[in-house]
Amino acid sequence: MMPQERIGVYICHCGSNIAGTVDVEELSSWAGEALRHRGVVVARDYKFMCSSLGQDLIAKDIKEDKLTRVVVAACSPHLHEATFRKACADAGLNPYLCELVSIREQVSWVHTDKVAATAKAKAVISGGVERVIHHEPLEPMSVPINPATLVVGGGIAGIQAAMEIADSGFHVYLVEREPSIGGHMAQFDKTFPTLDCAACILTPKMVSIGSHPHVTLLTYSEVEQVDGYVGNFSVRVRKKASYVNHDVCTGCSICEEKCPKKVVDSVFEAGLGYRKAIYRPFPQAVPKYPVIDAENCIYFDTGKCKACEIHCEAGAIDFEQEDQIIELNVGNIILATGYDLFDARRETQYGYGRLANVFTSLEFERLTNAAGPTNGEIVLRDGETKPKAVGIIHCVGSRDRKFNNYCSVICCMQSLKFAHLVKERTGAEVYNFYIDMRTAYKEYDEFYQRVLSEGVHFIRGRVAEVTDVSNTPEEEERLVIQTEDTRMGKQRRIPVDMVILSAALEPRHDSDEIAHMFGISCSVNGWFIEKHPKLDPVATMTEGIFIAGCAQGPKDIPSTVTQGAAAAARVLGRIQQKELALEPIRAEVTEALCSGCRICNNLCPYHAITFDEAKEVSVINAALCQGCGTCVAACPSNAISGTQFSNEQVMAQLEGLLMLNMAEPVLA
Amino acid sequence: MQTYSYYPGCALERNAAVYHDSLMAVAESLDLTFTEVEDWNCCGATEYITIDLIPAYALVGRNLALAAEQNCNGRSLVAPCSACFLNLKKTDHYLAQSPELNRQVNQALAAGGLHYDPGSVHVKHLLEIVAEDVGFEKVARAVKRPLYGLKVAPYYGCLIVRPAFDGTFDDAEQPSSLDVLMRTIGAEVVDFPAKAQCCGGHMTQISEEVALHLIHQLLKNAVDHGADVIAAICPMCQLNLDAYQDAVNKHYGTDFHIPILYFTQLLGLAFGFGEATMGIGQELVDARPALANIQSKPLKPPRRKRPSKKELPMPPKLQEV
Repeated sequence: MMPQERIGVYICHCGSNIAGTVDVEELSSWAGEALRHRGVVVARDYKFMCSSLGQDLIAKDIKEDKLTRVVVAACSPHLHEATFRKACADAGLNPYLCELVSIREQVSWVHTDKVAATAKAKAVISGGVERVIHHEPLEPMSVPINPATLVVGGGIAGIQAAMEIADSGFHVYLVEREPSIGGHMAQFDKTFPTLDCAACILTPKMVSIGSHPHVTLLTYSEVEQVDGYVGNFSVRVRKKASYVNHDVCTGCSICEEKCPKKVVDSVFEAGLGYRKAIYRPFPQAVPKYPVIDAENCIYFDTGKCKACEIHCEAGAIDFEQEDQIIELNVGNIILATGYDLFDARRETQYGYGRLANVFTSLEFERLTNAAGPTNGEIVLRDGETKPKAVGIIHCVGSRDRKFNNYCSVICCMQSLKFAHLVKERTGAEVYNFYIDMRTAYKEYDEFYQRVLSEGVHFIRGRVAEVTDVSNTPEEEERLVIQTEDTRMGKQRRIPVDMVILSAALEPRHDSDEIAHMFGISCSVNGWFIEKHPKLDPVATMTEGIFIAGCAQGPKDIPSTVTQGAAAAARVLGRIQQKELALEPIRAEVTEALCSGCRICNNLCPYHAITFDEAKEVSVINAALCQGCGTCVAACPSNAISGTQFSNEQVMAQLEGLLMLNMAEPVLA
Repeated sequence: MQTYSYYPGCALERNAAVYHDSLMAVAESLDLTFTEVEDWNCCGATEYITIDLIPAYALVGRNLALAAEQNCNGRSLVAPCSACFLNLKKTDHYLAQSPELNRQVNQALAAGGLHYDPGSVHVKHLLEIVAEDVGFEKVARAVKRPLYGLKVAPYYGCLIVRPAFDGTFDDAEQPSSLDVLMRTIGAEVVDFPAKAQCCGGHMTQISEEVALHLIHQLLKNAVDHGADVIAAICPMCQLNLDAYQDAVNKHYGTDFHIPILYFTQLLGLAFGFGEATMGIGQELVDARPALANIQSKPLKPPRRKRPSKKELPMPPKLQEV
């Protein structure tokens, strides 16, 4: 039987990347001969198929040889599928009639034996040829884009992203879990390396977000459910009851003053200070309205008190208020959910939680903050004694196989900042205990030089323990830092009065659930995974969901702001397009075969499958479907087929791989 | 009724006989049975492994082989001495890690008609069994005469929680299982930051200066925190802290006289056994004056000093085991 298709096979050398391990000339002459009876009319190899000359080769053959199918054997489809599809489309061939098979990532890069690698490459090409025969021309679909955007997380990343979009005239919903936006940055006193006051540079941004005509601020709120797809997400947000009517509250704070219940503030004050049961996290909070923490409120516990209500002249207290469910429709989503601080109590050898004068980095930020519990006085836990010697331990919970392998990025610079502040405000001796000093980026190393010149001591070595067991009279009643000084090659015991632990940045404790809700993934360490680590760091594998700031990995404020702005730029680009072309590679349900078992409904990672109660069949939302094929594999009735991944295509590719298509079948 | 293979180790037949006797008495109250490994030999203690590796591992390997041979129901092997415990566990671990070491050790064992497959015996310390297998609730039910008012410094030593070959049952830096156990029998546990430090081991024989320094640190730390008695879980620790207290006092000009008892002795007293049955009085620093502090009723917790207005809050403590 004469083959119906006219297929061109193109083999890329990729310089020596492929040609070094695979005999590419042999491959092209083999493909032209051995696969001729399957429709291959031309087979060529070329140094760089992706170059414009390489693409021209394909285009010329499509026109002159009237090719109906193209197989390119080169790198992974992740890299150049789009390139070759476009080359085909430009030459008048439907782009989905082009198949890219990988003989680099799956062959040349993973093998050393040239003969065996060439044999394997033949099988891979043979599979591609069989598969492409079953391809069908497809047309991309387009979806309209809702110009509104959801930003989750009101730290500096979320604030920056929201600001960029709102300033461009498009609407933003900014959802924040805490009663105020500001995030971790609002807790800091100074920022490195310039020692700018964090509040001075942050609060103006908070204020303009709070009053921006294009921003709807939803604080004390959490996203509960996300449905829909790029361009058209519907999001359910729970706005927790604050028991304060914001329409009449003036933000005078008399309620906070009169509330008799004092609670340790483990969030904003990092456990180092107190707040009331009715509170704003800090005076410059945006919005300015307080919330009642019902768990600690005397009235909610005993039914008596109401001090806040009694003293509120505006009559804003409303104990009957309930959680509010808000439904939003947005086209794109930016996740800027930030980080949690490593629980330093887990490094038991450093005594945090047991030894009063061991502090975490975040506690120390509050200690130095002029608006903090000590008004910026650097004192011991007793609240009055100034330390004469302070030890700062780097990498607590970072670069440690027991906890986190990664470097938390900010700790070196943060520790230098702490050292400078201690020196400046108390004149104490300061010891930094580090593994490696990492002060990359603009003006960071200059700051290191400055702190060195201020007489701060730097001891290279992993601290063994912080102990209150004294050896000598001068160690009595102090904390002793036992460490190896790897530059001296000696064990040292250094008595200090205060220890600061530069604790690791960790993914939010609930980052897995958040990722699942938004249909994205987390890395092994728990950070949100970007689409490409170098070339697409703020997009994710799910269309319309972007990430920014520490949710993607530890980073400092400049990088966080950069990512916030970058994510906003990506969203703005989408909004300007007004509609978005989507890959037509989708799963489809053949209704006649569907038994309505619903197995596929919960398996879909993109929430694209729903159940039609009337017809009793599962329905796939084509715009949501990302063509992953999970449902196709799971369907017990064979009722779902994936365009471009149909059973015929996959079976044909397997037959090709096994060389069952040869004139005289052989097992490769 | 839980049954274990039992490796007493040399000390429990001599200087730590009270550890063995008190253990056997409390075992009954806790429904534990111990079957002693027949024909066991010395574990090599703390130094042999650093002197001659293959014979040292063969020495311990013989005990593991015997335990495996005599242990038909896959019972865990219990060592009450921390040095024995560590040697057994270490040998099992390294034999599994190194096929060459395993081959040489088994070659030696074959001369005595024995063989050991690493991993076939699960080694546990006595404290691990009481804290985990028996559990604090069951211990609490056995208490007849709580040790109210007795201030105990729980001393773990350095060998039981480190190194963590297969994960330890307690934190390596600030363990807490003995703290909870002592509280379970009514005693008051004092803060004892040095609780996992070394007692000096056999340094008493090699460099007395070093040993005395370590012992002094431990005694001072316990006394500074107001302990009446130190609870030990290892014969080496007990011996060093008890027998060298005089030497420490002479060397440092101190006047320590704090008794060191095995935790099983304190359990026994709380379970209602008499002082004589628990071997009280056989220690060098007499424990009887300290034990006279035991009250019939729990002491009122000392009134907490009202924190000054300026004082900053402490982070909440991490949960104990």
